[in-house]
Amino acid sequence: MNKIKFIAAFVLGLGITSAASARDQIQIVGSSTVYPYATVVAEKFGKSGKFKTPVVESTGTGGGMKLFCSGVGTQHPDVTNASRAIKSKEKALCAKNGVNDIIEIVVGNDGIVFSHSLKAKDANFTKEQLWRALAHDVDINGKIVANPYKKWSDIDKSLPNFGIKIMVPPPTSGTRDAWNSLVMGKGCSKAYKELAGKDAKKGCPKLREDGLAIEAGENDTLIVNKLAADPELFGLFGYSYLIGNKDKIKAASINGVKPSLEGIQDYSYPIARPLFFYVKKAHIGVVPGIKEFLNEFTSKKAMGNLGYLTDIGLVPLSNDKYKITRNSATKLINIKM
Amino acid sequence: MTKEQRLKKRYSAEKRFKAYGIISVCAALLFVGILVFKVFSEGSGAFVKTAIQLELDLSKEKLNLPEKPTKEDFENIDFYDFAQQHILKIYPAITTKEKKELLTLFSSDFEYEVKDFILSNQNLIGQKVFFKITAASDLDQMHKGNYTRDIPEERRKVSNFQLTIYDFLLKENKISKIFNNYLFSNGDSRNPEIAGIGGAMLGSFFSIIVCLIISFPIALLAAVYLEEFAPKNAFTDFIEININNLAAVPSIVFGLLGLGILLNVFELPRSTSLVGGITLALMTLPRIIIPCRASLKAVPPSIREGALAVGASKVQSVMHHVVPLAMPGTLSGTIIGLAQALGETAPLLLIGMVAFVVQVPGTPMDPSSSLPVQVYLWSESAERGFVEKTSATIMMLLGFLIAMNSIAVYARQKFEKKWI
Repeated sequence: MNKIKFIAAFVLGLGITSAASARDQIQIVGSSTVYPYATVVAEKFGKSGKFKTPVVESTGTGGGMKLFCSGVGTQHPDVTNASRAIKSKEKALCAKNGVNDIIEIVVGNDGIVFSHSLKAKDANFTKEQLWRALAHDVDINGKIVANPYKKWSDIDKSLPNFGIKIMVPPPTSGTRDAWNSLVMGKGCSKAYKELAGKDAKKGCPKLREDGLAIEAGENDTLIVNKLAADPELFGLFGYSYLIGNKDKIKAASINGVKPSLEGIQDYSYPIARPLFFYVKKAHIGVVPGIKEFLNEFTSKKAMGNLGYLTDIGLVPLSNDKYKITRNSATKLINIKM
Repeated sequence: MTKEQRLKKRYSAEKRFKAYGIISVCAALLFVGILVFKVFSEGSGAFVKTAIQLELDLSKEKLNLPEKPTKEDFENIDFYDFAQQHILKIYPAITTKEKKELLTLFSSDFEYEVKDFILSNQNLIGQKVFFKITAASDLDQMHKGNYTRDIPEERRKVSNFQLTIYDFLLKENKISKIFNNYLFSNGDSRNPEIAGIGGAMLGSFFSIIVCLIISFPIALLAAVYLEEFAPKNAFTDFIEININNLAAVPSIVFGLLGLGILLNVFELPRSTSLVGGITLALMTLPRIIIPCRASLKAVPPSIREGALAVGASKVQSVMHHVVPLAMPGTLSGTIIGLAQALGETAPLLLIGMVAFVVQVPGTPMDPSSSLPVQVYLWSESAERGFVEKTSATIMMLLGFLIAMNSIAVYARQKFEKKWI
C-alpha cells in the first residue's frame, strides 16, 4: 500500500510542478559550429543585467531543427542555430506542428579549413583532388570503381608521396553537411557524374569506408591534438579552430587560396558558407528578452567588422548582407514557408 | 619424474601464479597512477589564477562623485571608463592597437571586478589603493608556462608588445598568482579566466538530492516487500529477474525514458536538475534495490522469529527489528548508487542538461549543468585555458566520488553487526 501511495504522490507532484513552470530564460539549441558564437552573445546579454542569461545547447543542426520544429509553447526551444539554411522538409515539419512564423538571421560566414600539423610541408589541393581522396567510388578510365587511391601521389604526381589519412566529422555535424555540398558535390568529377547518371547525387558525397577517412566524432579539440602529433594526417573543421590553435596546426590551400578572413567573406576561398539561426516568432513576448537578444546578436558591436564575435573566428558579413540581416532582426521579418 | 621433481614443478607453478597476480595488480596501479598524474599535473594550475596589481585612485574627482555621494551616485559611476583609465596608466601605449592589446591582457570582466570592489569598500573613497585584477586567459596560460613564447609572433596568442608589457610587469613585481575563487563561485563562461564549476556543482547537488529523495524510499520499500512479504512464485521471480536486468541497462536508455515521459508527457522544463534527478533516480532504483535486498537477507531469521514469538506483528518485526539492523548495508548501497549517478553524463545529454549555463542555479527548477557534463563541455572548447579547467573539474569529481565511497565503507564497517 505504501508503495502505491508513494507512486501516487510522486505522479501528483510531477503534475503540480509541470503546471507551475513558466520559463523566463531563452532556450537555444542547434549547431555545434554556431555554439561558440551563440554562447558568447548569450553571456554578454546576461551580463547587461536586464534578462537572465540564455541557455545554449549544442545538439547539431539537424537535432536542433527537430526540437525547434516540435511545437509552440515554453517546453520547446525558442531559437535554433544552424550551419546551413533550413531544409524544405524541416519547414514542412515546423508547419505541421504549428510553428509557422520563423525569422532567419544570417550570423556571418564560416570557412572550413583542411588542415594539418605545423611540422608538415605546405600543401595545396583542388576540390576534385579532395573528392578523389575521400570518395567511396571514383571514375578511372571511363569506369566507376571503388576508390583505389592509397597515397596522395596516386591521385596526382604533384601531391605529397605519403598515405591518405583524413579525419572527418560525423554525418550529424553541419560541418560535414557543408563539406558534402561544397567539396564532395562540387569537386565530383564530370566523368563520374555522367557515368553514374541519376545515382550521382547520392554517389558523389559518399565517403570511402576502407579506413582512410576516419570518422572522428564531434570533439574538435581531440582532432587538433591528433593532427599536431602526426604530420601525415589531415583534418577538417571550422575556421575558428584554426585561429584558436595556430601554434599547433596550419591550413592547406584550396585551389591555391589560403583561408583568410577576407577570402571567406567574399567566398574567394572555396570552402566557405554562411551560418544561421532561426527564431520562433510565436515566443516573442512570451519568453522575455528574445527581441533584445536578437538586437544584441545582430548589433555592430557583436556581428560587425570589428565586433567581438570576430575575435573568436567568426567571419563577418559584407556590408550589404549585414543590412539585410539587421533589417529582418529589427523588423522581425518571417521567412517564406 | 621423481617425487622431488614433481614437488619442484608444483612449487614453481605456485611462484608463477603469484607473480602473475602481482603483475596484474601493478598494471592496474600503473593505469590509475598515469590517470591521476595526468589529471593532477594538468589540473592543479586551475586552482590559482594570475592577477595583475593595479593602483586605483579612488578620489571623488576621478569617480565623478559629489561631496556627499548617495547610493544612486555610486550606481551611476562609469566603471568601465574608470577601470580603463587606470589600466592604460600601467604601461605607455600610444596607438589604438597598442591600447587594445594592453586592455586584452586583463580579464574581460575587469569592469565588474572594479565595480564590486568599490561598491563593497566605500570607506576607501578618497584614498589610493592597490587592487589585483584577474589577468586574461592567454596571459594566465603563458605565466603558468602552458604556452611557449619562443615561436614567431603570428603563431602566438600573445603579441610582442604584450610580451614587453608582461616582462615589465614581472620586473616590477606586479604579477602574482592568487587563489582562483571564480573556479568555485562562477557558472560557465566562454572566457576561461572567469569560468567556474559553481553552477555545475550546485546542479549536481540538486540532481543527487532529488535522486535520493525519490529513489531511496521507493527502493527500500520495494526491497522490504520483495524480501519480507512477497510470496515466492513465478511472478515475483519474474520481477526479480527484471530488476537485475534493469540494473544492467545502459544509462542512455534511461535518458530516452526521461525525454519521452518527463519532457514530452509531463512537459517538465528542459535542462533542469529536477528532470536530471528524476532520470538519474530511474537509473539508480534497481542499483539500490539489489544491495538493500542483500542486506535484508543478511539479517538472521532468528531476529524475525524472536519478534514474532513475543507477539509482534509481521510489520512490527520488520519495521522495528529487521530494517534498522539492515540500515548500514542499505545506506552504503544507496551512497554507492548515488556516487554512480553523480558521474553519469549520458542520460543528461537527452534531457538537455549538456548546455551552456552561466547563471548559477538557485533551485532544482533552474536550468543547470552538472560536473561530468562540465568536463565534457570544456574538453570540447577551442580555448587553451579550458584544458586545465577540465582537469580541475575531474579532480573535484574524483574527490566527491572518493569521499562518498569512503563514507559508505566507513558506515558499513562502523555500524554493521557481525552475526556469528
